Amino acid sequence: MDKFTEYKGLVVPLDAANVDTDQIIPKQFLQKTTRVGFGQHLFHDWRYSDAAGTKNNSAFILNKPEYQGASILLTRENFGCGSSREHAPWALQEYGFKVIIASSFADIFYANCINIGILPIILPEEVIETLFQQSQKKPQHFHVNLAENVISTDIGNYHFKLDSFQQYCLENGIDSVGWTLNKLDKIKAYEDKMPAWQ
Amino acid sequence: MATTLYEKLWQRHIIEEKADETPLIFVDRHLIHEVTSPQAFANLKFHNRSLRHPERTIATMDHNISTRSIEINAAGEGAANQLRTLEKNCKEFGVKLFGMGHKNQGIVHVIGPELGLTLPGTVIVCGDSHTATHGAFGALAFGIGTSEVEHVFATQTLRQTKAKTMKIEVRGQVAPGISAKDIILAIIGKTGSAGATGYVVEYCGEAIECLTMEERMTICNMSIEFGAKAGLIAPDNTTFDYLKGKEYAPKGEIWQQAVNDWQQLKSDDDATFDSYLTLEAKDIKTQVTWGTTPGQVTQVDSTIPAPEDFSDPVERDSCAAALKYMGLTAGTRITDITINKVFIGSCTNSRIEDLRAAAAIAKGQKVAAAVDAIVVPGSYRVKEQAEKEGLAQTFIDAGFEWRLPGCSMCLGMNDDVLTEGDRCASTSNRNFEGRQGRGSRTHLVSPELAAAAAIAGHFVDLTQTQQKNGA
Repeated sequence: MDKFTEYKGLVVPLDAANVDTDQIIPKQFLQKTTRVGFGQHLFHDWRYSDAAGTKNNSAFILNKPEYQGASILLTRENFGCGSSREHAPWALQEYGFKVIIASSFADIFYANCINIGILPIILPEEVIETLFQQSQKKPQHFHVNLAENVISTDIGNYHFKLDSFQQYCLENGIDSVGWTLNKLDKIKAYEDKMPAWQ
Repeated sequence: MATTLYEKLWQRHIIEEKADETPLIFVDRHLIHEVTSPQAFANLKFHNRSLRHPERTIATMDHNISTRSIEINAAGEGAANQLRTLEKNCKEFGVKLFGMGHKNQGIVHVIGPELGLTLPGTVIVCGDSHTATHGAFGALAFGIGTSEVEHVFATQTLRQTKAKTMKIEVRGQVAPGISAKDIILAIIGKTGSAGATGYVVEYCGEAIECLTMEERMTICNMSIEFGAKAGLIAPDNTTFDYLKGKEYAPKGEIWQQAVNDWQQLKSDDDATFDSYLTLEAKDIKTQVTWGTTPGQVTQVDSTIPAPEDFSDPVERDSCAAALKYMGLTAGTRITDITINKVFIGSCTNSRIEDLRAAAAIAKGQKVAAAVDAIVVPGSYRVKEQAEKEGLAQTFIDAGFEWRLPGCSMCLGMNDDVLTEGDRCASTSNRNFEGRQGRGSRTHLVSPELAAAAAIAGHFVDLTQTQQKNGA
């Protein structure tokens, strides 16, 4: 996993609540056995006006010329709800998103983001509203400093919270499986004490 | 100190909990399927790692299989590749697989319980968000992503932040004809689609305690639909009676030890929860979703809401967007909504009791001319039982298609998909935009109401019909 320390990028405001993972990556694109090839299908039903995905829907925010190259997604509450499919963050990452900002995330989606090196940032609803107004007026670049847990914008700096171990993993690009495999003695000790039925 | 059921389960599974690291917990059962496991196996191989406990891992094929044929190729090229990859991986890593046509094959959350793989007091994970189903047994069960699947493969553990606790009490008894699906949809209607994000929910109260295991599974299954990490119901004699003698459940002396242990698994009377919600069972009516999240739900005897009915601006916008997508007008009576597709199936409602309930409505009736209706049993065991009891024939006689087990139209990864503009009464768990097919419209309902809608061609208030018939 790549290390995440500081990042500056163009923000695209996706003004919708409860965006589910079916919407992020519809089921017909889940039949791959690799982690690549999902970015082109990101938000498929919104992004394309035909089922085959050959015609861009020009009304969809990601297709607007001023948001081309966006790498920070600003959205609303309960982002990533529904299916546990990690294909959703894979698709977002392959498209180019490194940071997602929302007032809340679904739990499984949030963990999936951290595990692949996308930074999910939770901010209060009133801050989200302000950021929407700002970025809908004119395309913005936000600067994210992970070490300081701060997002800097033209109109202000905003603090966010992150679990300290998750932050450590992101900053250092930790292979979490390798990390846990260093604790096999503790796992073994637990297993040795389990009741027979378990 | 008084503790909740969740805290007891958590405490029993902690391997390491220290200040600067996310806690590490042990995973007792890992259920896998063809869609979310291949990349995890691939990474294991890439790092030359082994599977720590193949015997704690069980695989089935369910998500993208055909419901018309047991041939792998019938699922289409992409799906067939995933299914063959699962076969290959299970062979290579020594994982038991219930493949196409195996007597134990079925939807992962249907077979776990019916085989006795799901046990109280265990931690169960699966790369599928409806893993919460297994919480009906007092197991801490939740969905995980593929990176976590890989973590469990290699270590039999997971890193988890401790969740907050929510107690949902359903007091008293529901009226006749009100199903478990109505109870859980009514709960989601109260909390909204993210009302339990960050929480593990425990369901309790008389209306929950008197449910069968299959009904409890329907309740816990949809915990994720209001954001809960997991849903729990304390195990009791109903649980133990269900499990006793199941293929993989403990036997003999170990069974007795297990039951003694499981009897301790309940929240202490004076335990405190972070949040509480109470519903009066008698107030719960038959539920129908009208929007594009499960929280957009109402009673069958009411009307489609208007955006201005919502004070919260985000909810108002969501309502307007949902009505547009669903092709519905505010004020329309639910019973005036016509449907052209019916799906009875999914990990929420495809067990034998669900099929009995739907068949009781369908018996001697005919599916409306304008409606295509399919019934997809949750597993081969359910299928066999339904055929033995004559339920399959009842469905066929009424004009339903009787299919082979699988996830089917719940997510439409196979060819069981709706086309643009189709309106479906579905016993599944998600009414998201495009979930059952691009441009399709899903209304989540109970098996009874799905069957009744198939026959009438529109939603019906079954409690009214039954009253008229003197039932």
